[in-house]
Amino acid sequence: MTDGATVPAFRRGVKFRFDTVREAWVLLAPEKLFMPDEIAVEILKLVDGARSIDAIVDDLAARFDAPRDEIATDVIATLEDLSTRGALQL
Amino acid sequence: MSVPAPAPPMGLIIELTHRCPLQCAYCSNPLAMDAPRSELTTDEWLDVLDQAAEIGILQVHFSGGEPMARRDLVQLVAHAAARGLYTNIITSGVLLTDAAMAALLAAGIDHIQLSFQDAHAAPADRIGGYHGGHEKKLAAARRIREAGLPLTANFVIHRQNIERVGEMIALGEELGAERMEIAHTQYYGWALLNRDALLPSAEQLAFVNGVVAQARERLNGRIAIDYVVPDYHAARPKACMGGWGNRFINISPSGKALPCHAAETLPGFTFPSVREQRLRDIWASSDAFTRFRGTDWMPEPCRACDRREIDWGGCRCQALAIAGDAAATDPACHRSPDHHLMAEAIAAAGANTVLDFVPRRLNQD
Repeated sequence: MTDGATVPAFRRGVKFRFDTVREAWVLLAPEKLFMPDEIAVEILKLVDGARSIDAIVDDLAARFDAPRDEIATDVIATLEDLSTRGALQL
Repeated sequence: MSVPAPAPPMGLIIELTHRCPLQCAYCSNPLAMDAPRSELTTDEWLDVLDQAAEIGILQVHFSGGEPMARRDLVQLVAHAAARGLYTNIITSGVLLTDAAMAALLAAGIDHIQLSFQDAHAAPADRIGGYHGGHEKKLAAARRIREAGLPLTANFVIHRQNIERVGEMIALGEELGAERMEIAHTQYYGWALLNRDALLPSAEQLAFVNGVVAQARERLNGRIAIDYVVPDYHAARPKACMGGWGNRFINISPSGKALPCHAAETLPGFTFPSVREQRLRDIWASSDAFTRFRGTDWMPEPCRACDRREIDWGGCRCQALAIAGDAAATDPACHRSPDHHLMAEAIAAAGANTVLDFVPRRLNQD
């Protein structure tokens, strides 16, 4: 069960990098490729296999003008979606 | 009229060679395969990889035939990785020795997709035409895992192995795959030739659908299962290659740039060669890549369809093979006037009790 203490990490073989041709962040995975939207990019920049979901939400809440609950909902939804699609481990 | 430049391609599929130690009857390679002497040289492939990185390609898939049959594979992987390309090898695994695994790892390989023909050795080796192949694949899977690489186990499904799909998924779990592909045979090339011996019935399909749905739920978040449905039974066509000239460039062993790997079956095309043209120009303006790009080429019922930018009209090669016209709606679509031809093919396969097939072999001329 995903909660605030869960520590998300990129799965083996997954690379999150900036593509200079498109000038956009891309998430490269085994035979899959994701073009994360702006919110997802900010979340994924904080995924390092050490930060918990709570820590990610705190970081975003300090920088973006939105209620913490709303941010937490977005973060969990984004991470769970990418977990189901095989890019992240929760 | 000016045509806007297309978005950059995402993926490059490099068919290094049509040589392969296996002879899978479901292979989608063309019947007329490229002779070894026509293959691009190492330097030509290195140049293609440089061009690919320049135009925004993100992932390179080394395929074939058997890509490991090329002695320069490690060099090509290293070059691609140094250019920031995500590298993937699609292999049978029978040539993946300890030494080859170590060299690929050092070269910076990101991912390996390993194909299996069945859950057990006897039927797997029969369909692959390679005695001892299954055992070698099991060893290859272990090497991939021990190297710390992610593993995709690919199982191609047809009526001769379909009842063992549950065992295949169990094998993938046991091997520690992070991802599995349960892929119904796509009927091109050798598979089309052998269709009557391979195409499953509606009952068999329903069985697999159930097994896959259960496994997906059980493995959610742990192992991703990509399920490729057989479009003969479908109501809607697959978005072949994510749309013609929309995401991928496929290069044949002899250097022809193709919008999909079966495209050479289409008449009336001259596919550009990377020996003669730059990848950038091929992608942006060649007739081969622009002819079915987008939606302008579409006939009815595609043209007015609300799914035209989801399905992209389906597959051009299948439209030709089944409906006789590459510019027709894919007969896999229930809105196609030729959709009944799919049901007829299923009925013909169902009436066929002979399970013999023609093994895939390179015609050495």
